[in-house]
Amino acid sequence: MKKVVEGSVAIAHAVKTIRPDVIAAYPITPQTHIVERLSEYIADGELKSEYVRADSEFSAISILVGASATGARTFTSTSSQGLALMHEVLFNASGMRLPIVMVVANRALSAPLNIWNDQQDSISQRDSGWIQLYAEDIQEAHDLTLQAYKISEDIEVRLPSMVCMDGFILTHAYEPVDLFEDEEVQKFLPPYDPKVYLTTEDPLTFGALATPEYYTEFRYVMQQAMERAKKKIRKVFTEFKEMFNRGEESLISLYKMEDADIAIITLGSLTSTVREAVDRLRDKGIKAGVVKIISYRPFPEEEIRKSLDKVNSFIVFEKDISLGHEGAVFTDVKSVVYHMKDRPSAFGFAVGLGGRDVRESTIEKLIVECIEGRKKEGFYFGDVKRVKEILK
Amino acid sequence: MRASLKSYFRTGKLPHFLCPGCGHGAIMGALVRAIDQLGLDRNNVVVISGIGCAGRSSSFMDFNTLHTTHGRALAFATGLKLANPDLDIFVFMGDGDSSAIGGNHLIHAARRNIDLNAIVANNSIYGMTGGQYSPTTPEGMFSTTAPYGNIEPPMDIAGVTAAAGASYVARWSVFHIKQVIKSIVEGYNNKGFSLIEVISQCPTYFGRKNRLGSPSRMIQWQKERSVTLSKAREMNEEELKDKFVVGVIARREREEFSKKIYSLMR
Repeated sequence: MKKVVEGSVAIAHAVKTIRPDVIAAYPITPQTHIVERLSEYIADGELKSEYVRADSEFSAISILVGASATGARTFTSTSSQGLALMHEVLFNASGMRLPIVMVVANRALSAPLNIWNDQQDSISQRDSGWIQLYAEDIQEAHDLTLQAYKISEDIEVRLPSMVCMDGFILTHAYEPVDLFEDEEVQKFLPPYDPKVYLTTEDPLTFGALATPEYYTEFRYVMQQAMERAKKKIRKVFTEFKEMFNRGEESLISLYKMEDADIAIITLGSLTSTVREAVDRLRDKGIKAGVVKIISYRPFPEEEIRKSLDKVNSFIVFEKDISLGHEGAVFTDVKSVVYHMKDRPSAFGFAVGLGGRDVRESTIEKLIVECIEGRKKEGFYFGDVKRVKEILK
Repeated sequence: MRASLKSYFRTGKLPHFLCPGCGHGAIMGALVRAIDQLGLDRNNVVVISGIGCAGRSSSFMDFNTLHTTHGRALAFATGLKLANPDLDIFVFMGDGDSSAIGGNHLIHAARRNIDLNAIVANNSIYGMTGGQYSPTTPEGMFSTTAPYGNIEPPMDIAGVTAAAGASYVARWSVFHIKQVIKSIVEGYNNKGFSLIEVISQCPTYFGRKNRLGSPSRMIQWQKERSVTLSKAREMNEEELKDKFVVGVIARREREEFSKKIYSLMR
């Protein structure tokens, strides 16, 4: 069923067809229409989930940890400060191996107070043991929401997932979206069958004290689960493509990379802008291509290395910065090419921070600067004004 | 506004972003009038706020200001006071800010009796974010998240703060703006935790959802629903239903927290 809908509404629709048992959310800023629409579905009797209105994001995710531990399928969504407030509990959720799914509307972190889009909020949670999937457009965000459940709930994985979509650019935009039908989703996603959960018949403990003798092993098995998640993601993506005839089969997506000399690596909605810029460069005879990262955690090490096999250089565009070093994605990509014989030159740019508009012309200009040797290898702010200009 | 009061505002940031008829502007006006009456050195005054409609107040007023995270204004203020007890600190919060996400900080600031001056603009709703009900929304009233009427009993911010040990607590409404100014002055002169709760009007959400009419009608509504302390003593629970008590709820001598800490460090 194709319809022109708002991004948040498309996600709410997807969640409705997935039928989580428990939804918990903080209804106030920085929230999106996602949970607002879900609460309406429940009030109107269209969805039979338990909806718990929490007093903060910290409580919302805590409620889901409890619900998920009893074997319930769960959902929440948040953004920026809300995700930051959840930080502590994110580690509880992954450490207890609870397959919670959350949609993050990517927005900047305070201070200074800013409500607009960038990806600092979720990138800052990259070490929390959550699978992180980034959507380029509303259709992909809608599709990834369903896929995330199948990946997370797999007994081989059992790790929570974040589906990240750019705040405002996707959450508040309207696009034609092929929305799920109930039957399709029931066919694609089996009912959640938790093998391990809290029950009075066979009492268990989640999250108990692990002394130094055991703690490392818990982390070790989580790392192994992340490795298995890579295979699972490919499998779920492939199954999805077979059934719905759209999407990717890999943790990354390639565009004009077959003969590319230079790879432009990015994630989220920025990919569309980068693609346009690459088309313009192709018209000028510059052989550029695009590598879109869909799964940021687990990191697509093999795929990225393979995609960069023949290029002379790569440029990462990302909407975050690990202050004191460089962009987090840039660091990760560089670590992947370290073992390559003919290591490509590496450039990275932080763009679009705090909602600054990223134009094709800006991307194009920066790529040309790198190609023409006007920039040394390294990481830069892609678009920064002089402090004097701002203060005047 | 008197021309001399204008200097307390960052005129480049004005006009403020509040909706027409919102009560928060009047409360901000009361705060600068109280500071003006007290004759405080503005370089020694700090205004701290959290997030929400009330949260933006710190951006408009020309003092040392700190715009902090949701609900934590009192926690930031506690740090500030302990680092430099000579500062005159005013904490401007809303009801969602101070009683929901920041409820714990409120209780503990009152319990410690730290010398901060809290002003809570209580409009019974989350105004900036779409009119969700807050912990102070009266039972039976409507909001976007209470389409069938709120089923939760409201939190009595002034009452809880008084019970937790604050040495000065008062409640007024925007209708009682003169008393608000007086209470802010009294609260400042009280060396301990002071809280002035001001029932404010949100015509955009609370007013519209509950069909309360124009802003002036809402101020009239505040007048009709308020009962002075002495009158309230003669009324029973049934008569007090749907009313709020105004006046100085608590005034007591208690040792102040930053003094205690500094005497320990000597």
